[in-house]
Amino acid sequence: MSEQPVRMSGAQALVKSLELEGVEVIFGLPGGAILPVYDPILDSPIRHILVRHEQGAGHMAEGYAHATGRPGVAMVTSGPAATNIVTPLCDAFVDSVPMVVITGQVPVGAIGTDAFQECDTIGITRSVTKHNELVTRARDIPLAVRQAFLLASTGRPGPVLLDIPKDIVDAANPDAQMEWYWPTDEEVWASLPGYRPTTKGHPRKIKEAAELIMAARQPVIYAGGGILKARAATVLRELAELTGIPVVTTLTARGAFPDDHPLALGMPGMHGNFTAVTAMQESDLLIALGSRFDDRVTGKLPAFAPDAKVIHVDIDPAELGKVRRPDVPIVGDVRLVLEELVRVLERRVADGQPDRSAWRQTLSGWQERFPLHYEPSEPGALLKPQFVLEQLRDRAPEGTIVATGVGQHQMWTSQYWRFTEPYTWVCSGGLGTMGFSIPAAIGAKAGMPERTVWAVDGDGCFQMTAQELVTATTERIPIKVAILNNAYLGMVRQWQEMFYDERYSEVYLSPDLPDYVKWAEAMGCVAIRVESPEEVGPAIERANAINDRPVVVEFRTDAAEKVFPMVPAGLSNSDIVVGPLPEGTVQ
Amino acid sequence: MTSNGARHHLLSVLVENRAGVLARVASLFARRGYNIYSLAVAPTDDERFSRITIVADAESAPLEQIVKQLHKLVNVIKISELDPLDSIERELMLCTVRADPTQRGQVIELVSVFGGRIVDVGHDELTVSVDDVPSRLDDLEDLLSPFGIAMMQRTGRIALPKLDRASGLGS
Ligand SMILES: Cc1ncc(C[n+]2csc(CCOP(=O)(O)OP(=O)(O)O)c2C)c(N)n1
Ligand SMILES: [Mg+2]
Repeated sequence: MSEQPVRMSGAQALVKSLELEGVEVIFGLPGGAILPVYDPILDSPIRHILVRHEQGAGHMAEGYAHATGRPGVAMVTSGPAATNIVTPLCDAFVDSVPMVVITGQVPVGAIGTDAFQECDTIGITRSVTKHNELVTRARDIPLAVRQAFLLASTGRPGPVLLDIPKDIVDAANPDAQMEWYWPTDEEVWASLPGYRPTTKGHPRKIKEAAELIMAARQPVIYAGGGILKARAATVLRELAELTGIPVVTTLTARGAFPDDHPLALGMPGMHGNFTAVTAMQESDLLIALGSRFDDRVTGKLPAFAPDAKVIHVDIDPAELGKVRRPDVPIVGDVRLVLEELVRVLERRVADGQPDRSAWRQTLSGWQERFPLHYEPSEPGALLKPQFVLEQLRDRAPEGTIVATGVGQHQMWTSQYWRFTEPYTWVCSGGLGTMGFSIPAAIGAKAGMPERTVWAVDGDGCFQMTAQELVTATTERIPIKVAILNNAYLGMVRQWQEMFYDERYSEVYLSPDLPDYVKWAEAMGCVAIRVESPEEVGPAIERANAINDRPVVVEFRTDAAEKVFPMVPAGLSNSDIVVGPLPEGTVQ
Repeated sequence: MTSNGARHHLLSVLVENRAGVLARVASLFARRGYNIYSLAVAPTDDERFSRITIVADAESAPLEQIVKQLHKLVNVIKISELDPLDSIERELMLCTVRADPTQRGQVIELVSVFGGRIVDVGHDELTVSVDDVPSRLDDLEDLLSPFGIAMMQRTGRIALPKLDRASGLGS
C-alpha cells in the first residue's frame, strides 16, 4: 500500500503529533518564539487552556497527570516563559510526575547570540527534567514528541522538555516543510538505545522477599508514591490482606491504600501520626514499595527503624541503596513485582503465617492512646483549622479530589482527610512548592471534569498563584478553594515558635490584606468568608452545590494552632512530639 | 596531582554521540556532588557512539550510586567499571621544559628513559611528549620540574580492560 506523502509545516507536525499521542488538553500561554505553533492549535481538537502565568501551566499539567495518570502537557514561549516553568518542572521531577513541556526557542541560527528572549532552556532545565532535547529540524519533530511521551510515562515517570526553535515550525520557511511520518513503537525504542527500564522483578529476589515476609513478626508495608505511578493500589491491598501486614502511606502515596481499612496506619514522617511513625521505628521488616526513604520520612537516618530488615522495590535502581541498604533489593515495576510476590506468597501462607497478634495489639493500642487530636475552639475565637478540614472531609461528595499548597494546611489535610480511593490526592511532596494547589486543582478538574475538586490552600500560598482563578473562571473549570487564612506563613511561624524562642521573623501576613472575598469576586468566583464554627458546614454545602464557576471560601483560622505530631528536624523518629492528647488519655 | 591510587574509580562510559551529552554527564557529577579527577572523551569505531573515560573520587560518593545515576541519563548506553589492577591505562603529557643547550642532554636522557620523544626544540626550551600510566607521568613531572616547566598539558587517562588470557584451548 503506497500512501501519498503528506507535506506540512513543522508546526502542523507538532500539533498533529500531540493529537496522535492522545493529548486532550494543553495548558499554555503564547509568545514570540512559539507563535507559529499557536496557529495550527486553532484548527486542532486539542483544548488549549490559556493560563495567566507559566508556572500555572506547569502545575496544571502536573495536577492533570496526578488525577488522570496521563502525561500533562504545557506549552510556553522562550526566555522568561521557559524560566517561569522551571519550578513546576522541578516539582514534577522530584515527585516523578509524567509531564511534557514544549518551549519555544529563538531560531536555530540565532541560538548563542543572546537574541531577544533567548535563554539556555536546555541548560537550565537539564537537572530538573528526566530528559530534554533541543529539536533542530522540522522532520525530527514527530520522533522527538514520541520519545518525550515514552520517556515521561514509562520507567520512573518524570517531566520531559522539548525546546523548539521558531524557524523549524515556521509555516513560511520552505526548509521547515516536512513529509509527515509517524514513527512506530519499534523505531522509538530503537532511537533510545540507552533507555531500557527493568519492569519485571528478579524471581530469586522475589522469593527472598517472600522468605523475609514469612519470617517477620513486626512487619510494616511502607507504601510510597510509586504505588500510584505504577497503578498498583489493587495489588497492594491484596498483599496487605493476604499477609495481614499493616500499611503506612507516605505524603505522596495518600489514597494508595484506603484510610478506613483495618490495616491502614495512615501517614508516617515528620508530621505523621504516632502509630505510623512508631510502627516503622519498631518494625523488624520494612517492605518499601515505590518509596525512597526521604528524610522527611526517616528523620535522623542512623536512628531510623534500627532493627528492621528492608525489602525495597523500585523501578529506579538508583533508589535501592541510595539512602538505606536493603536486604532484598528488587528493581522492577512495583505492580508487576507485587503481582508476582502475591503469587509466591499465596502458596507459602497456605502452610500458615507467623503469629503477629502481639504486633497488631501493640499497634491498635497506640492508635487508641495516640489519636490525632486538637482542642475545639472557644466560643468567639478563631476557627480551628482541623475542624474546618473535618467538615470539608465529611461533606465532600464521593470521589472528591483534594489538592493542597504547602505548609500547615497541607499537613492537616493529609492528616484529617480520609482517603478511600487512589488518585484523589494532588500534592507537592518532594519539592514543597507553595502556590501549587490552585493551578494543580484546575489541571485535575480539567482532566476529571465529573469530580468535585477542592483546593485546600494557605493564605501565603494563595497569594502566589491566585491569578489562575481567572483562568478557571474563563475556562469554566469550577474548582473550589478553601483558604485556611491564619494570617501567617504558618509553618514557618510554627518553627520559629518551637525552635527560635518565639522570635517571629517575617511571617506575618495580615488576615484582611488582601481582602480575599473581594479578590476572589474580582476573578469571577463566588466568595464566602467564614468566621464562626456554625457557619462552616453551611458554607461548605453552599460551595459544593455551585458548579458553574469557581468558589473561594475563606476560613479565618487560629494562627496559634500547630501541626502535631512532629518529629523535629534532625531528630530521631523516636523523639516524636505528640502534641495535645484527649483528656483522660493514659500515657 | 595524584591521579592514581585506590581512592579513585575508573569508569568507561559509552554514550550516544550527540550534542550535549558531555554536558549532561558533567552536570550530573556536579549536581550530585561527585568529584571528577579527569575526564577524556573520544569517538569510538562506531560513529553513533563516543566513549567517556572518567576518573572519579571514591570518597565523594559510593561507586554504585554514581553508576546508577549515570545510567539514568537517557543517552548513556553502557558503563564499565575498570579495576585499575585489571586494565591498561594510558595518559598523554605534553610538556615544555626550560633547558639551555648545556641542559638539553640531561632532559633528553630523562625523557628517553620514560620512552618519550622530543617534539619541538627552541632556543632554551624543549617540548616533550610522553604517554604512559598516569603515575609514571607524575614521576617524570617531578623529575623535570627542577629544570623549570614552562607549560604542561595532560589529557586525563583512557583505559581498556586487560584481555582475558585464561581462555580455553582444549578446555
Ligand atoms: C515557593 C516556596 N517558598 C517558600 C517556602 C517555605 N515555606 C514552607 S511552608 C511556608 C508557609 C506557607 O504559608 P501558608 O500558605 O499561609 O500556609 P500555612 O502554613 O499558614 O498553612 C513557607 C513560606 C516554600 N515551601 N515554597
Ligand atoms: Mg497561612
